[in-house]
Amino acid sequence: MKVVYKAIWDLPVEELFASGHRACAGCGPAIAMRWITKTAGPNTIVVNATGCMEVTTTQYPETAWMVPYIHVAFENSAAAAAGIDSAIRTMTKKGLWKSGKTNVIVIAGDGGTYDIGLQSLSGMLERGHHVLYILYDNEAYMNTGIQRSGGTPRFAWTTTTPVGKAIRGKIQAKKDIMGIVMAHRVPYAATASISNIIDMANKIKTALEYTEEGPTFLHILAPCPPGWRFPEERTVEAARLAVETGYFPLYEYDHGKVRLNPPTSAIVADPKRRKPLREFLKFQGRFAHLTDAEIEELEKEVVANLNYLAKLASL
Amino acid sequence: MTAVATQIQKAKTVLALTSNYAVAYAVKAADVDVVAVYPITPQTTIVEKIAEFVDDGELNADLIHVESEHSAMSAVVGAAAAGARVFTATSSQGLELMHEVLHIASGLRLPVVMAVPARALSAPISIHGDYSDLMNTRDTGWITYIASSAQEVYDTVIQAYRVAESVLLPVMVSYDGFLMSHTTEPVELNDEEEVKRFLPRRERPNVLRPEKPITMGAFAMPDWYYEIKYQVQEALQGSLKTIEEVDEEYGRTFGRRYGVVQTYKMEDADYAIVAYGGASFGNAREAAEIAREKGIKAGVIRLRVFRPFPTSYIVKYLSGVKAFAVVDRAIAFGGPGGGPVFTDVATALWMNGIDVPGISVIHGIGQRSMYVEDFVKIYEMLRDGEKNKVVYMGLRL
Repeated sequence: MKVVYKAIWDLPVEELFASGHRACAGCGPAIAMRWITKTAGPNTIVVNATGCMEVTTTQYPETAWMVPYIHVAFENSAAAAAGIDSAIRTMTKKGLWKSGKTNVIVIAGDGGTYDIGLQSLSGMLERGHHVLYILYDNEAYMNTGIQRSGGTPRFAWTTTTPVGKAIRGKIQAKKDIMGIVMAHRVPYAATASISNIIDMANKIKTALEYTEEGPTFLHILAPCPPGWRFPEERTVEAARLAVETGYFPLYEYDHGKVRLNPPTSAIVADPKRRKPLREFLKFQGRFAHLTDAEIEELEKEVVANLNYLAKLASL
Repeated sequence: MTAVATQIQKAKTVLALTSNYAVAYAVKAADVDVVAVYPITPQTTIVEKIAEFVDDGELNADLIHVESEHSAMSAVVGAAAAGARVFTATSSQGLELMHEVLHIASGLRLPVVMAVPARALSAPISIHGDYSDLMNTRDTGWITYIASSAQEVYDTVIQAYRVAESVLLPVMVSYDGFLMSHTTEPVELNDEEEVKRFLPRRERPNVLRPEKPITMGAFAMPDWYYEIKYQVQEALQGSLKTIEEVDEEYGRTFGRRYGVVQTYKMEDADYAIVAYGGASFGNAREAAEIAREKGIKAGVIRLRVFRPFPTSYIVKYLSGVKAFAVVDRAIAFGGPGGGPVFTDVATALWMNGIDVPGISVIHGIGQRSMYVEDFVKIYEMLRDGEKNKVVYMGLRL
């Protein structure tokens, strides 16, 4: 990660994501959008997959986007972005593109990335397009009403994985999307959280710079108050606890090298500094049904994942 | 003296080309910027030829080797939204996989041009030609040509760019899978500089540009959606005029024009066959000759433009005949008329108060051979007073 912003007063002032959009109060993804657009700057084209951010920000005839924006469909944002990248590069050669260097950024949710959009994401990564793909992860299909996705964690309640007598929430674990992306050997991929803005902004800057070489990827955790069932003033706190409990580790993959970022690096160095997972789970309605045994099981998974990442980082 | 000199100066380039290669040469002449394609039979040789042009530096375009047809259409939609001139091609299941994005291309009013060597659909799997794939795109808001010779394929692809960029709608150019896509005919190529003048680069107002940010593909509530889709309908209906004007200008510039409907011996015809694609001017014309030798006043109407449907021409030519038949190379499953184009023709006549008896003929499904004698038989059936029925010709029962 290239450190461009050291402190909060270094961050860009100009707003390119307008207020007055229709996202819920306390929306985690909306916070991500604000910082993505600010950090990327006006010479940016946003390609948005179908999802919360599309339906809440572009209600015709209004829009929250102050940069050029296109939504095509749910599963094809990476392919549409590939076309835009290709158009800019060829038209630049032919003298038909007069806007200079332009960032092409995909913004897609977990459904559009882990599930229906995985194929076009893989194709875009394999072909090496100059695109930054940003996954904002609220861990379910939220704009259709909280259905499980490949990004939903184990045991979480959703409307399609209800907590019943026989089955209690989602059975499967969350898909390792970073692992899938890293397997494509992209120049840069990183996780970020809306609770750690300076880290996130620096990762956006770094990822955009590396798109000159090829595709880059950011996995941003963006909690959803109605979907996770917590009070809307606790969004950033939820994201912060996800990081501090090791549930959502902050790390980056830079040209083949995995590096843990603070505070995850500190947690791994000194496990006593990791907050108990219960602190992240306890105020969320989607986990309210968990037994102590289930929490313990999830905690084991968190520790195993941290150990796995520490091993990757040591390679 | 001057005329002779000009003729020598403009020595015509005539190549032996398949319809697929004719598409590739037209795409090269159109100087496209972005091509995104996924291979599928019988489309593949189009992109193979384009790949040669790109890799040899004869075409300055970026060829995106996408991982599916859905992504092919998505990529050209993205590229066109950024202001690029784009091309893609597909057939059969590939066209079906694109279907979702076909609606988006027209809804976003993007001048995408696509070639479709038409092919049968699964199941059972058939790699052979008919028009089942194309007919399923009927209501996607695309302008749709069906060409009947390699020369026409070449000319139509060039016309398609001019039309698409004028009316801001996507255009597909279709023709027979295998029977045209893989058979060779002489094709006269245009001077590429002249094509560039015919297809001037004009910056579209609504493209993705950082200097003037716009939001494309917005979310429309019930208070707006209907109006926006109505605009597509209006533009598509109105495009017939542009299609004809472009065809006329193309004729003045390059010496070849086709109209939206072509006819053969319809001046005094009592019995007409309406058809499209390769069979419409090969088999059908020959059959009309044979039928006329037998004393049947036979004529042919070839549909060159399927969408927008050339209702006024169909009404004009069919209102004077005693009976007509439509030869469809696709089945409108479970529908009232057997074939999709028959249903259109019948509707066109009924909406205009014309009561002419007709036969819906289904033929050539999955590339079942269509013989000239079959078409002669259709004329005989019309003469014998057969009417208002569906005939599955060439079917073994």
